[in-house]
Amino acid sequence: MKEHLRRGGHWLLFLLLVLWGARVADAQSSTDATFLSTLGELREAAFVDKEAIIDKLSQSGHPSIHAVLTAFLEDRLYFRNEDQKVFLVKTTEGDLASFDLIDPVSLKNAGAEVPDKLTKIGTNNRLRRVLRTSVARFGLSSPDLSVRLEAVRDMMRALDDANVDLLRERKNIETDSAVRKEIDTGLALAALDGTDPRGRMDAITVLSGSLSQDARNKLAALVDKNAEGNFVETDEQVRKAAQAAIEHIDQWRSFYSAIQTLFFGLSLGSVLVLVAIGLAITFGVMGVINMAHGELMMIGAYTTYVVQIAMPGHSGTSILISIPAAFIVAGVTGIFIERTIIRFLYGRPLETLLATFGVSLFLQQLVRSIFSALNRAVETPEWMSGTLQLNEALGITYNRLYIVIFTLLVFAALLLVLKRTRLGLEIRAVSQNRAMARALGVRSEWVDAMTFGLGSGIAGLAGVALSQLTNVGPNLGQSYIIDSFMVVVFGGVGSLWGALIGGMSMGIINNLLEPYAGAVLAKIFVLVALILFIQIRPRGLFPQTGRSAENS
Amino acid sequence: MKHKTIFMAALLLIAGLTLSGVAAAQNTIKVGILHSLSGTMAISETTLKDTILMMIDAQNKKGGLLGKKLEAVVVDPASNWPLFAEKAAQLLEKDKVAVVFGCWTSVSRKSVLPVFEKDNGLLFYPVQYEGEESSKNVIYTGAAPNQQAIPAVDYLMKEVGVKRWVLEGTDYVYPRTTNKILEAYLLSKGVKSEDISINYTPFGYSDWQTRVAAIKKFGSAGKKTAVVSTINGDANVPFYKELGNQKISAEDIPVVAFSVGEEELSGLDAKPLVGHLAAWNYFESISNPANKTFIDQWHAYIKNPKRTTNDPMEAHYIGFNLWVKAVQKAGTTDVEKVLAALPGLETPNLTGGVAQLLPNHHITKPVYIGEVRADGQFDVVWKTTGTVPGDAWSDFLPGSKNITADWVTLKCGNYNTTTKKCSGQNYQ
Repeated sequence: MKEHLRRGGHWLLFLLLVLWGARVADAQSSTDATFLSTLGELREAAFVDKEAIIDKLSQSGHPSIHAVLTAFLEDRLYFRNEDQKVFLVKTTEGDLASFDLIDPVSLKNAGAEVPDKLTKIGTNNRLRRVLRTSVARFGLSSPDLSVRLEAVRDMMRALDDANVDLLRERKNIETDSAVRKEIDTGLALAALDGTDPRGRMDAITVLSGSLSQDARNKLAALVDKNAEGNFVETDEQVRKAAQAAIEHIDQWRSFYSAIQTLFFGLSLGSVLVLVAIGLAITFGVMGVINMAHGELMMIGAYTTYVVQIAMPGHSGTSILISIPAAFIVAGVTGIFIERTIIRFLYGRPLETLLATFGVSLFLQQLVRSIFSALNRAVETPEWMSGTLQLNEALGITYNRLYIVIFTLLVFAALLLVLKRTRLGLEIRAVSQNRAMARALGVRSEWVDAMTFGLGSGIAGLAGVALSQLTNVGPNLGQSYIIDSFMVVVFGGVGSLWGALIGGMSMGIINNLLEPYAGAVLAKIFVLVALILFIQIRPRGLFPQTGRSAENS
Repeated sequence: MKHKTIFMAALLLIAGLTLSGVAAAQNTIKVGILHSLSGTMAISETTLKDTILMMIDAQNKKGGLLGKKLEAVVVDPASNWPLFAEKAAQLLEKDKVAVVFGCWTSVSRKSVLPVFEKDNGLLFYPVQYEGEESSKNVIYTGAAPNQQAIPAVDYLMKEVGVKRWVLEGTDYVYPRTTNKILEAYLLSKGVKSEDISINYTPFGYSDWQTRVAAIKKFGSAGKKTAVVSTINGDANVPFYKELGNQKISAEDIPVVAFSVGEEELSGLDAKPLVGHLAAWNYFESISNPANKTFIDQWHAYIKNPKRTTNDPMEAHYIGFNLWVKAVQKAGTTDVEKVLAALPGLETPNLTGGVAQLLPNHHITKPVYIGEVRADGQFDVVWKTTGTVPGDAWSDFLPGSKNITADWVTLKCGNYNTTTKKCSGQNYQ
């Protein structure tokens, strides 16, 4: 009997287990079904309704939610037109003939489909913002430090209770100090809304060490008066602390903004120097007024473009290769112009000016015929885009930083060539006294061609840099030719150091004036100042001395 | 004797040639195309020349107009504003064209206006512009400010919740007038003047770092900020690049542009622009049978499946069809009679609606707001219900509030409703 009972018990247990298991499976498939149907609603919904659907989805707790929302954020959520099924697409990068599909529930491969038979589920800015904060919660536990940092920053945009709790949890286990600091700022921002004055006081202490604009705005809101004329913050002690914190933040921010302006000036200046040093050689050393100098830069920029389309997908390497390529292409073009036109016109500046102006028009139209009048897109490599964020108040854009460095390198290389090589020696000799140099066996014609080629090659290098800053189009050169002549005249004709100091100071002056006078007026002021300066010192900042100065 | 025969034969030949030339001239209707094919504006205007050539080609394949073939007369004003007036005079006085499709910038339109009014020509102008004008001799198929700028600002205010505004423009007449209208409009909606920042930069400006840093600072005051950009052409690429580099995303500070379309985006890497906005009356991405036919026709004509279509092209499409209808209705290409036939005419646009020519020589248009996609196309995120009638004289400027244009009943382009006076055709 007992045996029977026991056996019966076993059976019963087994039965129960089977039943329970079925229920679990059932529950799983029912959450899958709800998940799918909620996801399906996205197909037709207006943007406002999509927001509510996203909320519903993120609360569902479904295991694949992170993948689905990430795909939605990255525009990779599609539905198939014929059966209205929603899919994630693995990647949409490049000219794909068909998209690889992923099932949104199991996250397994679900075949492929031609793009024409799929419809994208669209997002807008607001929706992407919502998605970003939702996805950020998952990024909080990512092993990747930068993902965590980004996640905390994204979550700080929407500090609701759920996010604050998550941040607090994370803080206890977070090991990295930068992320911890960011979380502290976020929690302090949330705590400013708390009811306890002590909590608010502590929050202010934390925030006063921060430089973020968000913190400053939030603190400023505390000391503001509301519509009835009462202070938003009732506790006087807290208000005083907030005021002090604001002043502290402002002081540092204005300090960093001054540094930023200085850097902006240097970076504009380095662009000016780069476009002008090539001219400092052709105009300064050889005395040729080369109106086609801008077009040689344009040729450098187009070379960058051609190198880039020759090696698709390697924008980083292609920019490095285009540096010597542009130097050679522009240099050879320069030598060609010198041999065919300019050498017949030495000593006749007016004719040279007109002839090179004609060359510039010819080169522009040539480019228009080959590449069309449309601007060409030169991709910026990954390592040149974005900002080097030194702290919350000071960021320096990478492309400008690299151009400052590039300019200094080119300048140093040019000095080396002129002072330390045979070519440099001959260039200086010919420019100082042609007859004597020839008498000593220098082939002055060859030196002329090489000098012009050197100046043109450097213009080509400037073109590579400009392709990262502005449009690559037939008119690229025209917009810089005046600036480059201004720099050379200001710095002193024939002086490389003059071009460097002149370009940099013009850049800084321009950027100091711009916030007050506006871009148009700032430029006019600089021009007027330059004219006045030339009245006092006709030979520029660094006038040439010695024999060559007497000749000119 | 022999000499005489040869002489006579030669004379006959010359006479015959001349006569046949005259006969040929009588058998075609001349259509003038006044778009820059060289210089800075060639980028945008060459496409419009090709659009009209394509329309003429298609019309000729359908058997022409009034039993005659259409003949295109293409001139190149070379982005040179005074040359526009010269070339316009050449088209009207020497070539005696029946109609002219042309101009892009407002300054070129202002330059040809006196010529068209003096010679009583007919100009179809296809580009969005600042308004404050209605000429008897011009049909404005582009958007007036109330068909582009005002709806865009409305969208940002109501749907995005923007409280603080940067009006950033290139320094010339279109941005200055548009920003004047927008400023008046924003102030009338209760925006405080310290929440509006207006700034102008020169044509082709490329050193945006200071301006973008200033926008970033202006936008970090805790209120939702947007940039309304009337930056023209070339300067846009470095502007958007700098926005991307200084990490200003469309989610934080959206930029809505009035002169950046598919054509402009095809010349640059659109990835840093994703999410930024543009307001137009047409987008290539709008899926619609009429639009698909037009895009296919364009690709076949230009022999390049990668070429984009854009808003001013649609305006030319509408303008050309309106003109054809008016000529058919009037039974002649005589400008007076065509002008009389034009108001009230309707033609389908490319977005599934109907464009009607109003008595003030503007047309009805739907307004779309699109967000830039990574492939350089736009996703429409908002549109007006139905179409918006173009308003020549803005209701938000004190100087033009009481002015209306009506070429049907009032026969006046600048009629003051309070003083009941017609003061010519132009505003200034």
